[in-house]
Amino acid sequence: MERRVPLKDLKEKSMSAVFFASALISIFAVGLICFFLLSNGLPAIMEIGVFRFLLGREWSPSDVPPAFGIYPMILGSLCVTAGAILIGVPVGVLSAVYLAKACPEKLYRVVKPGVELLAGIPSVVYGFFGMVVIVPVTGNSILSACVLLGIMILPTVVGIAESAIRAVPESYYEGALALGAGHYRGVFFVVLPAAKSGIFAAVVLGIGRAIGETMAVIMVAGNQARMPVSLLKGARTLTANIVIEMGYAADFHREVLIATGVVLFLFVLATNLSFSALKRRGRI
Amino acid sequence: MKNDKKNNRGKLSSELFMAALTHGAALATFGVLFFLVIFIFVKGIPHIKPSLFSLSYNSENVSLTPALAATMLATPMALLITAPLGVFAAIYLTEYAKRGSKWVTLVRVTTEALSGIPSIVYGLFGSLFFVLFLGWGYSMLAGVFTLSIMILPLIMRSSEEALKAVPDAYREGAFGLGAGKLRTVFRIVLPSAMPGILAGVILSIGRIVGETAALIYTAGTVAQIPTSPMQSARTLSVHMYALSTEGFHTDESYATAVVLLFVVIIINAASVKISRRIGGRA
Repeated sequence: MERRVPLKDLKEKSMSAVFFASALISIFAVGLICFFLLSNGLPAIMEIGVFRFLLGREWSPSDVPPAFGIYPMILGSLCVTAGAILIGVPVGVLSAVYLAKACPEKLYRVVKPGVELLAGIPSVVYGFFGMVVIVPVTGNSILSACVLLGIMILPTVVGIAESAIRAVPESYYEGALALGAGHYRGVFFVVLPAAKSGIFAAVVLGIGRAIGETMAVIMVAGNQARMPVSLLKGARTLTANIVIEMGYAADFHREVLIATGVVLFLFVLATNLSFSALKRRGRI
Repeated sequence: MKNDKKNNRGKLSSELFMAALTHGAALATFGVLFFLVIFIFVKGIPHIKPSLFSLSYNSENVSLTPALAATMLATPMALLITAPLGVFAAIYLTEYAKRGSKWVTLVRVTTEALSGIPSIVYGLFGSLFFVLFLGWGYSMLAGVFTLSIMILPLIMRSSEEALKAVPDAYREGAFGLGAGKLRTVFRIVLPSAMPGILAGVILSIGRIVGETAALIYTAGTVAQIPTSPMQSARTLSVHMYALSTEGFHTDESYATAVVLLFVVIIINAASVKISRRIGGRA
């Protein structure tokens, strides 16, 4: 009996160490990712010069001498993301209002799981859909990418916005009705503003999803590495730049592509961290 | 009286306008999304033919079997690595960690960061670290490890939610009966949290099956059934991408999209069903 106690103690201690070590994995992973991306990407940025790299308007890696300016791709990413948000967020939030406040119970039981299922559709399938349905109408263009990405972020936006709307206490809505507001007036002017933090979260997640999306965008955006000129002309995003050229890039060109990844990584990280910092301070 | 009526009419029309807006948006959302699924199925199902399922791929039959096999190999491998780690990490966060500990904050911030990283960045990292630095080359193993980092935040978060949902009374009961901490965790807390954990695991299966960008430069794009983890292979999504961008096999692309969509829908339906079950029970 006496011997079993220390053994049990040892087991408890060692397992709690194992749990702790497992929790550290995510710190370790982020550290490793940062180290490998930065150590492979930063030297290239330094060699080109930060401003010439970020604001250079010309990307021609195979010219002599080559030009490595990713400004067109940064603009491409921003255009496509902004368009996706402009399309996806209003439609998504209004759909969430419908699901939370106007949908008949019976329909809800069909539609809600349907939207949840659609959140899992692989981006290549969306991309293929874009190729065969959207591109014939609007061509390989920024507009096609915006529309497709707007559709792709819908399930995410609808899901989060709906739970945000549902989290608003019913008394807010009842108070609005008691003051003489109609059903929709109550929802739009009282419930929605109270849910703005959750809706903002939906927007941020949508931005993250849109800016990081790769395959679907490549399949519809045209991918010309030049300054975006019009909605109906093609453009290349940061993500597309990496996938398209990584296959054959060598040496310095490769390092520059990794540097493109670093820019993307830092941008997403900055968006997410500033959002969670804002949330923690209760500003939104 | 007259003024009242005018007001009422104004109120009515603005109500109608907002109702139309809401219903229109909902119709657009559900319409587009359902159209997508129906469109792929209607266009694709007629093109599903036996040659698509031949054992080996060539440009004649455009078989998807090797890609399907690679997907079915890669998924359990990635889960085998990440599921225990993710669940253990969640156990630490909910059962062991002290409130407000610096480590917990750091773990949470990094997990959040991981979940926001675009998959192409994972792909870059995987090709720098697993493919080049560790010298694995384009291989299933490199792809699997890249995927396993990618799904870590998903599994951690869903497991944490599931563990948090277990009532404290369960733990107190176990302690009261003389069980140690470890015993309580493994015999009482973990089994009651299992459905939630499982739902997260199934969701990450869906993520793995749908992933493309993280795999092209880690697992590579060889279209044959891999015989060792050090061989390159393409999963179904990568296959789908290759097929549809090559542009020679549109019919087969539709058929492959159907198979991919079918697999993903089954997986997600399973996850939704399981998480509903816990929702109903709690």
